[in-house]
Amino acid sequence: MRSILIAKPGPLSTIQDRGRYGYRSWGVPQCGAMDSQALRVGNLLVGNSRGAAGIEITMGGFHVEFQCSTHFALTGDLSGALLNGTHIDSWRAHPAKRGDFLVIDNSDTLHTGLRTYLSISGGIEVPEVMNSRSTYLRGEFGGTGGRALRSGDELPLGTPAGPPEDFPAPSACIPSYSPEPVLRVVPGPQDDRISPNGGEVFYSEPYLVTERADRMGIALSGPVIDLPCGADIISDGTCPGAVQVHGNGQPTILGADCQTTGGYIKICVVISTDLPLVAQLVPGSRVRFTQVDLWQAREIYMQNEYLVRNFIH
Amino acid sequence: MQSELRILPCGDTGISVEFGSSIDPAINARVRRLFSVLKSGNHPGILDLNPTYRSLFIQYDPWECSFESLVQTIEECIQSSIEPVENAGAVVEIPVCYGGDFGPDLEEVAALHDLGPNDVIRLHSTPVYQVYMIGFTPGFPYLGGLDQRLQTPRKSNPRKTVPAGSVGIADRQTGIYSIDSPGGWRIIGKTPLHLFDQGRKMPFLLQPGDFVRFVPISGEDFAKHSDR
Repeated sequence: MRSILIAKPGPLSTIQDRGRYGYRSWGVPQCGAMDSQALRVGNLLVGNSRGAAGIEITMGGFHVEFQCSTHFALTGDLSGALLNGTHIDSWRAHPAKRGDFLVIDNSDTLHTGLRTYLSISGGIEVPEVMNSRSTYLRGEFGGTGGRALRSGDELPLGTPAGPPEDFPAPSACIPSYSPEPVLRVVPGPQDDRISPNGGEVFYSEPYLVTERADRMGIALSGPVIDLPCGADIISDGTCPGAVQVHGNGQPTILGADCQTTGGYIKICVVISTDLPLVAQLVPGSRVRFTQVDLWQAREIYMQNEYLVRNFIH
Repeated sequence: MQSELRILPCGDTGISVEFGSSIDPAINARVRRLFSVLKSGNHPGILDLNPTYRSLFIQYDPWECSFESLVQTIEECIQSSIEPVENAGAVVEIPVCYGGDFGPDLEEVAALHDLGPNDVIRLHSTPVYQVYMIGFTPGFPYLGGLDQRLQTPRKSNPRKTVPAGSVGIADRQTGIYSIDSPGGWRIIGKTPLHLFDQGRKMPFLLQPGDFVRFVPISGEDFAKHSDR
C-alpha cells in the first residue's frame, strides 16, 4: 500500500478536499480547505485532479514520513520546509522516497500565515462521507473518522491522475498573502440594516483578529457597527466568507465549517478570490474591508480562474 | 405575493431568493417548491441549495453560469412551478425530559412569563409543529408554531457547548440541537433520540415538511431510551 505516516500532527491537522456539496439542505456545512486555492494548486503541481484530498496543517509543527516513492507539494502562506533536514521551496512539486522525513516547522521565519497544505501524488484516499473526504470536526465525520490527525496515523494514497509538474506554480496563481490584508467584499444581502455611519466605520477602520478564530468563523474586534434595528433576522442561508454582525456590533467572518443557517445579519460577503487571505489570518493581525460590486468580483474571479486553469501546459 | 420576491447576491458565488419576510407556511411552501424544482432540474453551475424559512440560498460556480442567467432560471422556475409541494406529512413524536440538568433554562423561561414550569411543559408539548427547515448543524430542525406565551429571546451570552438532543426556544421558534455545539437558545429539555447519526442508513431523523410533537417523559424513561 502507498502511504504516509504521521509522526507529529502539530496543533491541528485535518484531511480536507474541495468541500462537501449537496448536503446544505440537511444542515451539513461545506467544509473543505479554508485556503482552497492553495490546496487546488498543490494538487495540480503533483498531478492530481482538483478534487483530491490533502492535509490542512494549522500552525505548523507537522512531521511526516513517506512510506513509498511519490511526489508532494507544500502550499499556503509559507516559503519552505525541511526534507531530511534540507530546505525545500513551497509552491512546487518535490520527489520523495520511502523513509524520507518532512518537517513543517512553526518556529522559524519560513512560516508566516496560519495554514499550510500538503498535497501528495494520488491524494489521501480515505473513504468519502457525503461526497467528500473533508474532515468535519464538530460533526465527527469525514477524513480520519471525523477527528484531527494523530501521531501514528498511516494514511493511504490513491493513484495519481497524471505526472507531477516540473515547474513551480506561477506567482500569479499564488494568493497575495499579507499579514494585514484588505479584503474585497460584495455588500449584502442585509447591508440595508447598517446605518450610513456604521458603513463608514466598517469600511474605513481596521479590525483586529481575535483568538476566537477557527474553521467555523473568525471573530473580529474593532469599532462598533451601528445597527439601528438590531442584528437579528429570520434565520436564513449562510456561506463561507459572509460577514455576520452580532448584537454587540462586532463582525465575524464565516469559515468553511460555518453553520448552514444563521439568525444574524450578513452585511457583506468576502469575494471567493480573497478567501485564501481569510484562511491565513493569525490572531492579533488586522484586516480592512473594501467594497467591490458583483461585476467587479466576477471579473476578478474569472481572471484568477483562468490563470489557475491554464498554468498546466 | 410576487411583489415580495427579492433576489439578492451573497458574494460572487451565492444568491438568496427571498419570498417574504415572515415565518409563514405559505411562504415556506414557495421556498420548498423552488428548491425541489431546481434540485430535480439539470442546471449547470448550481453547486448546492439551502431552503430556509422564507428564502432559498443557492451556491453556484460563476465559471459555469452567470448571476444574470441564474436569475432568469429562477424566475422561469417560479413561474412554471404551480404544483404545490406536498408536505411529507409524517408526524414524528419526540420524547423529551423537561427541566433539571436536561433543561437548565426551564425555570427561567417560566419565571419570565409568570408561568409555572409545568405550564411551560404543557404549552410546549401541546402543538404539532411544522419542520420549516433543517440548518445550523447536521439535522437541526427549525420548528415554527411555538405558543406565543413561550416566546423568549435568545440568551445574551450564548453557551460554549449545548449537548446534542437539547430542546431549545428562541423567539417564536423551537428546535433540537443535533450535535454538541455552541448555542444561544433557551434550553428547556432534552430528547434521548439522535437527530443526526452518521452511522444510520438515513443519518437525519427529520426533513422539511415533517411535523413534530413533543411527548414529555420522566428521567427514568429517558435512561431507558438511552439504553436502547
